[in-house]
Amino acid sequence: MPAPSLLFGLLCSVCFTLATWLQPWHQSWAGSRAQSGSLLNVVMGDSRQLLANHFLVKADVYFHSGYYPSIFDQVTRGAPHMATAKDDHDGKEDHDHEANEESGFLQPPRDWIDRFSRHFYPSRHTHLEKPGEAREILPWLRIAADLDPHNVGTYSVAAYWLRQHLNKVDEAEQFLREGWRANPDSYEILFELGRVFDENRNDPERARNVWELGLRKWHEQSARHARQDNFVLEQTLTQLARLEEREGNLPKAVSYLEELKTVSPLPDTIQLQINELKQKAAPPSAVKGPKSP
Amino acid sequence: MNNALAIASVVVKELYRRKDFYVLFVLTALITLLMGSLNFFNDDKIVRYLKEICLLLIWISALTIAVGTTARQIPAERENRTIFPLLAKPISRGQLVAGKFLGCWLACGLVLIVFYLFFGVISASREHQWAAASYFQALWLHWWMLAVVVAMALLGSVVFAAPSSNATICLVVILGILLMGRHLNQVALQLAEPMNTVVYAIYFALPHLELFDVRDLVVHNWDPINWLVCGGATLYAAAYAVFFLFATWLVFRRQPLA
Repeated sequence: MPAPSLLFGLLCSVCFTLATWLQPWHQSWAGSRAQSGSLLNVVMGDSRQLLANHFLVKADVYFHSGYYPSIFDQVTRGAPHMATAKDDHDGKEDHDHEANEESGFLQPPRDWIDRFSRHFYPSRHTHLEKPGEAREILPWLRIAADLDPHNVGTYSVAAYWLRQHLNKVDEAEQFLREGWRANPDSYEILFELGRVFDENRNDPERARNVWELGLRKWHEQSARHARQDNFVLEQTLTQLARLEEREGNLPKAVSYLEELKTVSPLPDTIQLQINELKQKAAPPSAVKGPKSP
Repeated sequence: MNNALAIASVVVKELYRRKDFYVLFVLTALITLLMGSLNFFNDDKIVRYLKEICLLLIWISALTIAVGTTARQIPAERENRTIFPLLAKPISRGQLVAGKFLGCWLACGLVLIVFYLFFGVISASREHQWAAASYFQALWLHWWMLAVVVAMALLGSVVFAAPSSNATICLVVILGILLMGRHLNQVALQLAEPMNTVVYAIYFALPHLELFDVRDLVVHNWDPINWLVCGGATLYAAAYAVFFLFATWLVFRRQPLA
């Protein structure tokens, strides 16, 4: 058997040769995470998205003060709805339905243990409705955004609660800008940013610019992808039409409403609004009609 | 009874001589304070995430201490051969089991008082309110849950060969019950016979430790539980603890010590 020192030297040489070959290959490999500036990205890779979803659900659990279906209950009764609750009345019907325990995700107790155990966990449907309570969901949204910066829903939901319920407009704007940097093509974030400028900053000029940019992004993306997110388009067009009407640019408001009519589920209502605006836009003589001789 | 209390006092003294509790408490405090120092959107009144993390750490620490302390009691006495002089005194095997149980359970109670005091201070410093009734119920139910755990680990210590295997099996079973216990009836409904009956039988037979986990109620500031319900849960835990202790005594009374 050769001397151990010779074997050791041979192994060292092999290792060194392999290293000189592997190092340049690894540097140029597309899957390398070493280039990433974020420590989380390097350590966790794509598994961050899984965790981010978990924390997003956690925020929803907090929104319902712990009353939330387990994976077993979700088989029979659907998914979270914190995001829909933010958009005014969309989630109301669902919430009214769930408020009744018998028809909510908790079925009637199956046995005495089931009945007894309901005293020990939140078994009544509630929301964070007291002033300032909404702040409790924010840590989970922040963590979810850190873990998955490309989930635009996280930014818009957090911004909504920050500015509408906690009066933290600066923080909402900062968070949305952070989301915009991570997702430069997101029309959802631009829509929410426009609302910050319009509703909180009272700055219609910037709101218009942001919404118009969002509209362009939406058209660019819908041209690229077959699937269209008409909901955000409707919201953006509605806000733009309102803004232009308020600013006195009635023809522009009409043009936005015309576009809205093509995607809205209520085209007749939109048409009525268009008619009203056209009447307002017409000169008084045109409204009255020509005088009879 | 005096004999059992004398053994129990030795077990309690053992707890504060060992480093387990101090290490776990310092870790819990450090992690909680570290998490509390995080700034989310310049809002220093956010507290529920902190309460949740702190309570989770308390549960992990308490379970580790309860199982770890109990699992080594009788095997250590055997290994050191101190069990022979102990039983040579007028102490029966039943008193030994009762004493070991009492000692471990009281030690867990002391540990819980310290942990929950810390939790209360941290919550009050952020929330500026002291939900004394809820915190007391959480501590009380947690302590009674640990009575079942301690009795279960004591039974394991006379059944399994080594404390390590006993502790591992106990922790797996306890975690299984905590995570799945509440849903076993739903699982059973999805299964065909005879598995349906088997799973339902397990559901009714196992101690539902998850009943005593009221962390969600405490974290989200729900009203305290009805005291009668709390009393019912106490009786439920007591019944299971007595059952496991009786089983331990049955196994231990005819077991050769050498």
